[in-house]
Amino acid sequence: MLRGLWKLTWLEIKIFVREPLGVIGTVGVPVLVFVILGRIFSRRSVAASRGIPDMVTIDLPILASILMALSAVLSLVTIISIYREGGILKRLRATPLRPHTILAAHVLVKLAFTALTLAAMVVAGRRYSPAGINGPVISFGVALLFSTISIVSMGFLIASVVPTARFAQPIGTLILYPMLGLSGLFAPIESLPPILQAVARLLPLTYVVSLLRGIWRGEGWTHHTADVAALTLVFLVCTVVASRVFRWE
Amino acid sequence: MLPQPVIHVSAIRKTYGRTVAVDEVSFEVRQGEIFGLIGPNGAGKTTTMECVEGLRRPDGGTISVLGLDPARQVYALQDRIGVQLQEAQLQKRIKVREAVSLWASLYPKPVDGDRLLEQLGLTDKRNAWFMTLSGGQKQRLFIALALINDPELVFLDELTTGLDPQARRAIWELVRGIRSRGKTVFLTTHLMEEAERLCDRVAIIDHGRIIDIDTPEALVLRHCPERTVVVATDDQLGEERFRMIPQVESVTSHDGRFTIRGRGDELVTRVIQCLAEHRMQVTDFRTERSTLEDVFLKLTGHSIRN
Repeated sequence: MLRGLWKLTWLEIKIFVREPLGVIGTVGVPVLVFVILGRIFSRRSVAASRGIPDMVTIDLPILASILMALSAVLSLVTIISIYREGGILKRLRATPLRPHTILAAHVLVKLAFTALTLAAMVVAGRRYSPAGINGPVISFGVALLFSTISIVSMGFLIASVVPTARFAQPIGTLILYPMLGLSGLFAPIESLPPILQAVARLLPLTYVVSLLRGIWRGEGWTHHTADVAALTLVFLVCTVVASRVFRWE
Repeated sequence: MLPQPVIHVSAIRKTYGRTVAVDEVSFEVRQGEIFGLIGPNGAGKTTTMECVEGLRRPDGGTISVLGLDPARQVYALQDRIGVQLQEAQLQKRIKVREAVSLWASLYPKPVDGDRLLEQLGLTDKRNAWFMTLSGGQKQRLFIALALINDPELVFLDELTTGLDPQARRAIWELVRGIRSRGKTVFLTTHLMEEAERLCDRVAIIDHGRIIDIDTPEALVLRHCPERTVVVATDDQLGEERFRMIPQVESVTSHDGRFTIRGRGDELVTRVIQCLAEHRMQVTDFRTERSTLEDVFLKLTGHSIRN
């Protein structure tokens, strides 16, 4: 069934690491965002003697984590389009590798790097952020990987429709990043006009933010069954649709 | 007795929208031969081959490969065939030995990858990234990947396209080597010289239809039996004498060179006899025969190069 999965995954990890820019973008950027914004905001708040605000201790790790997931998905979309355009997907498919094994290997690579980036953020947070990093890291990691899988399924849908590799990155960015604006991370959903609230409830990132924020605050998973259900639904719908419209060449 | 067919294709058809890519194509490939599907770009070669490999499903007709149905038993088939695809690439930064080792891990009985690389002259490229290989090296790697599972049948789609003549000749030698190991080779090419030098039998395909199938020699003999002999001599009576030969259809002369056209293999013997009989001084002698290129032009009314 999964003949070649681990070998292909390990190979794709090595291949990914051989392109330094990709690694810096995936691992470096979210960690840098976390550390630099954390220091700027902490200094201001401490200077105004208001203490370190929730924004730094809670929203910033969430923002950095979502950036990890989004950059992993964008990188996945780009790689899949390049592989398709170069005939690499077609060549792999003409082997005993099953189609879902080829795609699963890429998902595993992205999950591995997301986990690595989260670990880097935790280490950097303890060392360089005045606010430190305070939250249930393991539980949060599980929530982040779960959310990433859900967003990755959207990534496959995007990868199915982008015409060429050149458009993969811009189209992916245009679809994914605007969702972040309405996700409740920057402004509470309840403060939005009713129409935007309705839109926000349709966007997967809204549930990602709600789940990650809750888990980071120490709430139990049972408080967030709705988020988990919504993200599972997103995953199922996107996977079923993508498996029908995905183009291998 | 003819060897058993390992591929049996019967009246397959494939359309994309309104375009008919493959139209009632039928042929057999026999055990141990190099069989070529030849025709211009867009003739339906790749579509036909990919249907046989099980990568595409024909709209109609039947295919049997090594006794299996490629549309339904593609995974059972893949263990027994080797495939090289047209214009395929690998990951830019995959190393040669990593590709070979991945492929080897996917099959039940792989051959030794290092030995294969050695046979294909890639040993010193073992640690090179795919993107750094030359065109010829990439194609040799794809041949290695097609042979890693010790297949009974090897598919090569436009193997030498884009290679310089020297690399092309080296690849031809490798393909002959595959046949000498008892394997069957099914290839496509739009290069008539390649088909003529390499293939035991060829099928000419144009606009999705097979026009004729046979050995290159038989196709030439059947469709373009004309032979030409060019003789350079100062003998003023040459033209008159050559015209006396029964098989000769026309003689033209230019600067002491006579171009003698006629039919049948006997023409050459007769011209030589004529030269000897009249003790003519000859400074140059050569014969020309038609090629598959001429056959293609005659059968389709257009040249294979667009």
